[in-house]
Amino acid sequence: MPGIADPTRPSTALDGPMISLRGLRVSYSGREILHGITFDVQRGETLVILGGSGSGKSTLLRTLVGLEKPTAGEVWITGKNFSAISDAERDDIRKKIGMSFQGGALFGSMTVGENVALPLREHTKLEDSTIDIMVRLKLDQVGLSGYEQYKPSQLSGGMKKRAAVARALAMDPEILFFDEPSAGLDPIIAAGIDQLILDLKQAFRMTIIVVTHELASAFLIADRMVLINKGDVVALGTVKEMQYSTHPRVRQFMDRVPEPAVAQELDYLQMLTEQQPRQGSPSPGRSR
Amino acid sequence: MEFVRKVGAAVINVLSYLGSLAALGGRAAFSAFIGPFLGKPVRFRSAVEQAMEAGVRALPILSLITFFIGLILALQSAYELRRFGALNYVASAVAISMSRELGPLITAIVVIGRSGSAFAAEIGTMKVSEEIDALGTMAIDPVHFLVTPKFIAMVLMLPCLTIWANSMGILGGSLFGVLQADFTWSRYIRASLEALFLRDVVTGLIKSFMFGVTITAVGCLEGLTTSGGAEQVGRSTTRAVVVSIFLVILVDLVFTTLFFFLGAH
Repeated sequence: MPGIADPTRPSTALDGPMISLRGLRVSYSGREILHGITFDVQRGETLVILGGSGSGKSTLLRTLVGLEKPTAGEVWITGKNFSAISDAERDDIRKKIGMSFQGGALFGSMTVGENVALPLREHTKLEDSTIDIMVRLKLDQVGLSGYEQYKPSQLSGGMKKRAAVARALAMDPEILFFDEPSAGLDPIIAAGIDQLILDLKQAFRMTIIVVTHELASAFLIADRMVLINKGDVVALGTVKEMQYSTHPRVRQFMDRVPEPAVAQELDYLQMLTEQQPRQGSPSPGRSR
Repeated sequence: MEFVRKVGAAVINVLSYLGSLAALGGRAAFSAFIGPFLGKPVRFRSAVEQAMEAGVRALPILSLITFFIGLILALQSAYELRRFGALNYVASAVAISMSRELGPLITAIVVIGRSGSAFAAEIGTMKVSEEIDALGTMAIDPVHFLVTPKFIAMVLMLPCLTIWANSMGILGGSLFGVLQADFTWSRYIRASLEALFLRDVVTGLIKSFMFGVTITAVGCLEGLTTSGGAEQVGRSTTRAVVVSIFLVILVDLVFTTLFFFLGAH
């Protein structure tokens, strides 16, 4: 709906936000996962989307890159409404974004070099020799020089992540998305990935969006953070604002306080095993 | 009432599945035959690799199976024919039933076992490890990238394999003909060729083309609709084989009926 007098339409000027979400709702088979998410991501900033398991943060990321269709609301990327444009236009936007998946999602039948080269081969008319050089450059950038001929199965978890970042960087994207960059990695390797994100941020002034639940990593790389809980934005602010926030949900997440429902479930177990229900114990159930 | 509702739900499920199959087959056919004229060339190298895998590498096992089938056909038809002293009709019986029916069908079943299942497993694994999603975010159409090369390979290779299977079946029949029915090799082959009309071979090839479309669509659809983890890939693979065999036989029935009435006049 690119109408002229549409007040909900974000500015398309160059200094406007890179990504705007307007009342975004997403449902899976009748169950609503996101209940109207609204926020902006500024050009060149690093935004960390925080949230517990099942909070909807992964769904949010998948909607941002167009893998899920919103049931209502809009995603504006680089001034275009992602859900109201033609497939060709959407593909044009997708060429400007790079996504690093949780498990890397490298193509197992191809070498690391071919993986990084794939977007270039599909979308550009560059000579093979030029593509080879660009692949080498991208692999250098993520610290994987000389691994062109390896198969993804021969790489460690951290190296796979790096190779995936190299592939995401292949088309020189304006926006880079990370899904759980440090999940499943040991602290040292995870710190290396954080450093890589920081390097990319400083070197290219890229807009970077990271979904994670690792607080330490979030505080290190973020300019701003948004906390998602049960499909709603709970808080949005700079790192400092989040650290000193008094919002109970933010405090709970920052201070790593367990969900009360978990304690209740333990009570329930105790009740089942010892058959001595504690007085006033509320009925069991997970609140998320 | 409950029964009616269940039947209705099952019918809707089947129809929507067939619809998805047709949509996928249509998209693959579009990007194979029309896409190249719109500036989206087919991934030729991948299609050749798939043709090698689905076609050429199937030759040894297919040859053996269809040779045996030809021999079995000869034995079975001789069992009845010898009562009428008509053993010299063995050659035509084998040639016609191989070319019209068993050549295409046995080929399809061998290819389902080797390639239909492999398509589902390969694409299903890619789906659960987010590789299909990765293609999407790179603005690469998974159908064009993965399904179209397989589609091209299958619709080219299945008719070729079928011709090969027909020949091997006739060869198998000739073993019986020479050893038990007083044929010489050359007379058996000549009798087979005389019995065959071009129509017999062509209807078989048309069927095998349709089998190729069916097997590719089912295998790839099962792969693309895999969700969850590794055990779902196994389930998709099994479903791909079972559904493919069923649909191939259904397609066979439809086309055989069609050819029967078309050939009546």
